[in-house]
Amino acid sequence: MSAQYTATAKALHWGIAVLIFGMLGLGFYMTGLSLSPTKLQLYSWHKWAGVTLFLLVVLRLAWRFAHRPPALPRHMAPIERFAAHAGHHLLYVLMFAIPLTGWLMSSAKGFQTVWFGVVPIPDLLDKDKALGDLLQTVHLSLNFALIAVLLGHVGAALKHHFIDKDDVLTRMLPHRLH
Amino acid sequence: MKRIALALLSTLALATVAHAAEYNQVQADKSRIAFSYQQMGVSMDGSFKNFSSQLRFDPAAPEAAAAAIEVELASIDTGSDEGDEEAAAKTWFNTKDFPQARFESTAVKALGGNRYEVAGKLTIKGTTRDVVVPATFAQQGDAGVFDGSLTIKRGDFSVGEGAWKAFDIVANDVEIKFHITATAR
Ligand code: HEM
Ligand code: HEM
Repeated sequence: MSAQYTATAKALHWGIAVLIFGMLGLGFYMTGLSLSPTKLQLYSWHKWAGVTLFLLVVLRLAWRFAHRPPALPRHMAPIERFAAHAGHHLLYVLMFAIPLTGWLMSSAKGFQTVWFGVVPIPDLLDKDKALGDLLQTVHLSLNFALIAVLLGHVGAALKHHFIDKDDVLTRMLPHRLH
Repeated sequence: MKRIALALLSTLALATVAHAAEYNQVQADKSRIAFSYQQMGVSMDGSFKNFSSQLRFDPAAPEAAAAAIEVELASIDTGSDEGDEEAAAKTWFNTKDFPQARFESTAVKALGGNRYEVAGKLTIKGTTRDVVVPATFAQQGDAGVFDGSLTIKRGDFSVGEGAWKAFDIVANDVEIKFHITATAR
């Protein structure tokens, strides 16, 4: 039996994955609402959860720097290895950049982020409507990029499991699932 | 001798009259009306782009001062277009039926130093309330600058009805801040 991801790596991977799927749904849902107290509430929750996610991602990156993941299966071609590594790097970059642009957008729009209504996150940018609108477009574009990379990521995981029949998916799954 | 004294006295009197400037020409481009409030614990602010004001104020006779300010509510700047539209709607200011908010002073009291208390009537959305506004006055070159703020409860004026009526998302307290510059004619 080959190496598994550590329990910490698994917990962070799946915890963050669930949060990100929730954030994508919430983000697209809330922006479509017309202005109401509910909308303002959802925006605040999105920002609070986003900041929480960002902290988890920082934790995950720190963990990742200190721990090597299990090696890829031997059957993979160089191009497949390259795609796997590039895809994972891109996911890390997006996980980091999306909440960052969300926070900067909020700063530029003049809506400070106060984590759970308690901890004020400093505004790095001064109020600037044009910059706020630009960062909103960046936040949205990065989210589209994330969805595209995730489709490839999930597709690859399923291909490993059902076509290659290797352990790439199971070594990331919680222990009792396999 | 008597004559000289009289002449001196009259020039002195004239001089004091000339000094007792009455500030009554409001400089719209150097005046500002802003507001701030809490939204889910976060401080938010905005301003009104258009308002007109008349005032007369003589530091030597503050009790005789008077002020009237009319704010074009549709000129609100909340920081987002969506917010501006919502503020003009029926549930907030209902600018269609109540385009302006108005403040009219009824009495001015000097508190000593450069501090004053302006009592008056504030009308927003068809509701009039008595308010007392603390203000300061400062001379800057040949202009007089008035600064002050007043915290009102939006609920008192039915600003924010329907779904907005609860204060858990948008707080009841709204601080109105003004900065008005006037010159003497
Ligand atoms: C990984 C974390 C995040 C994800 C996946 C995410 C995802 C999204 C998505 C999909 C949208 C809808 C895009 C649109 O239609 O314009 C959105 C909008 C938004 N996000 Fe995030 N977001 C994240 C973190 C954050 C953070 C940390 C903040 C702020 C502190 C934030 C602030 C916003 C705001 C203010 C909007 C609304 C923009 C608008 O008014 O159109 N987001 N987000
Ligand atoms: C928002 C969602 C997701 C994000 C951001 C994400 C991100 C990542 C990243 C960065 C890695 C690389 C870990 C490393 O070796 O450093 C990884 C590995 C992995 N992910 Fe995801 N993932 C997400 C969702 C999913 C989903 C839904 C699946 C299942 C179909 C999945 C299956 C896997 C598998 C099997 C691995 C291990 C790859 C290997 O063994 O080399 N991921 N994920």
